[in-house]
Amino acid sequence: MSIRVVCQGLSKTFVTRTGRVAALDPIKLDVAPGEFVVLIGASGCGKTTLLRIIGGLDTASSGTIGLAAGMPGRNGIGFVFQQPNLLPWMTVEQNVALPLRLAGMRRAERLDRARALCAMVGIGGFERRWPRELSGGMQQRAAIARALANDPALLLMDEPFGALDALTRARLNAELERIWMATGATVMLVTHSISEAVMLADRIVVMSPRPGRIREIVPVPFARPRPPAIEESGEFQAIAGRLRRLLAPEGLREVTTPALLTHMPADQRDATEGSA
Amino acid sequence: MSRLARILPGSLSVLLFFAAWEGYCRYSGISPLILPAPSGIGVAFAELVQERATWRHFGVTLGETLAGFFIATVTGVALGGIIARSPLLERAFHPFVVASQVVPKVALVPLFVLWFGFGPTSKVVVSAVIAFFPVLTNTILGLRSIDGGHEDVFRAARARPLQRFRMLDLPSALPAILAGMEMAVVLATIGAVVGEYLGGNAGLGYLAVATMNAFQTDRLFAIVLLLTAMGFALFAAMASLRRLLIPWHRSAERH
Repeated sequence: MSIRVVCQGLSKTFVTRTGRVAALDPIKLDVAPGEFVVLIGASGCGKTTLLRIIGGLDTASSGTIGLAAGMPGRNGIGFVFQQPNLLPWMTVEQNVALPLRLAGMRRAERLDRARALCAMVGIGGFERRWPRELSGGMQQRAAIARALANDPALLLMDEPFGALDALTRARLNAELERIWMATGATVMLVTHSISEAVMLADRIVVMSPRPGRIREIVPVPFARPRPPAIEESGEFQAIAGRLRRLLAPEGLREVTTPALLTHMPADQRDATEGSA
Repeated sequence: MSRLARILPGSLSVLLFFAAWEGYCRYSGISPLILPAPSGIGVAFAELVQERATWRHFGVTLGETLAGFFIATVTGVALGGIIARSPLLERAFHPFVVASQVVPKVALVPLFVLWFGFGPTSKVVVSAVIAFFPVLTNTILGLRSIDGGHEDVFRAARARPLQRFRMLDLPSALPAILAGMEMAVVLATIGAVVGEYLGGNAGLGYLAVATMNAFQTDRLFAIVLLLTAMGFALFAAMASLRRLLIPWHRSAERH
């Protein structure tokens, strides 16, 4: 089951002591059912705000969101946050089963489903542990399992792998693609990482800050599933290069950026551009 | 560290303390009316616990303490819950909360005796008033410290208010509330005993005053010892409650 997301003229203005700050200029975005869309951009470009508005955690100042086609009702959205946000007073399986408990599913049934989900995200055998007994990567897997618990038609992920090391991140990227292909859900994922964006997305929405707006939408044509080796292909690098130029700060784009970046290892490159 | 190495320094220093005390009493010629020796206190304690009347007084003090503690906990958590939710009510209650923290509540005991009589009621009131504030402030603190990320989880899952309260607010605040209750149980004991000092004819506090008036200093020490044992038992019961209710919390780990 999947869902279409239509944003029309969506904007967000924060009122602060010094005046009004436009976090999001009117956004127009149409995400197809079952599509994997990645939002990328510098800090302050409003990508997290956009995701939170779509997920109902923030309200828009203007505009509308349509969640159309196969609208599954109350629990149609799964949200994965930057932090695992597992409840420390619940075991891993209880955490994963939380959305089902909130939806009123019976205890035995929901714990069965939670255990199946734990196995799917690769933390089988840790169901009865406290969250604090798990590593950061395993906690984030549990958080993904929780977001998948009531089979959401739309999965919203806000830098879910940002706090993880490069190796864990690459492995979880591959698993996320597998899970997405298995569930058929629509996915919107926010990231700082260019390689993560190209690896996962059907389309990459490049955003720019002050005020937050969509700069360009870059399609990624590779077939699925995408092997890790695809990162070394020329086509992958061409898309990554294009994103890099789109994300570089204005003015610096033509002269300094390419020379500087070619001397940096790939993972640092992503980090630099993300915070630029 | 082995079990012995952990226990040894503490037991040794306690042993040394009592040996020095005993030695001083024997060889300095100090009157046992001023400072009785530990051995004398031991004898007095053995006598004290064999008397029926002692346990009647013990029961009175324990009952007052538990009643005061219970009232303090219920009102502290309830009022804390209301105040934490409403900034308006917090501003309205603020002067009272501050004032009642600062006022030396023990000085109000004669007033409570005047209002509630010489019976156990005035002691329960003193006990509850003294024990109330750590519960109140810790409840407010606990409910204010709910993790924003956890709130997002419940909002994203469209939790109903009652579900949120049961599965998020209460467990989040529980460690702070239990810490407040741990302070409260000790303060409730103090409140009950102080109340008995100043009026009435029952309870270990009353017994202590009566014993003092009879110059039975060794017996007075024995009563203090009994009160200490009661306070310790109540405190230990709270610690067990903590392990039972919040086994997930770091504070519940055994040391």
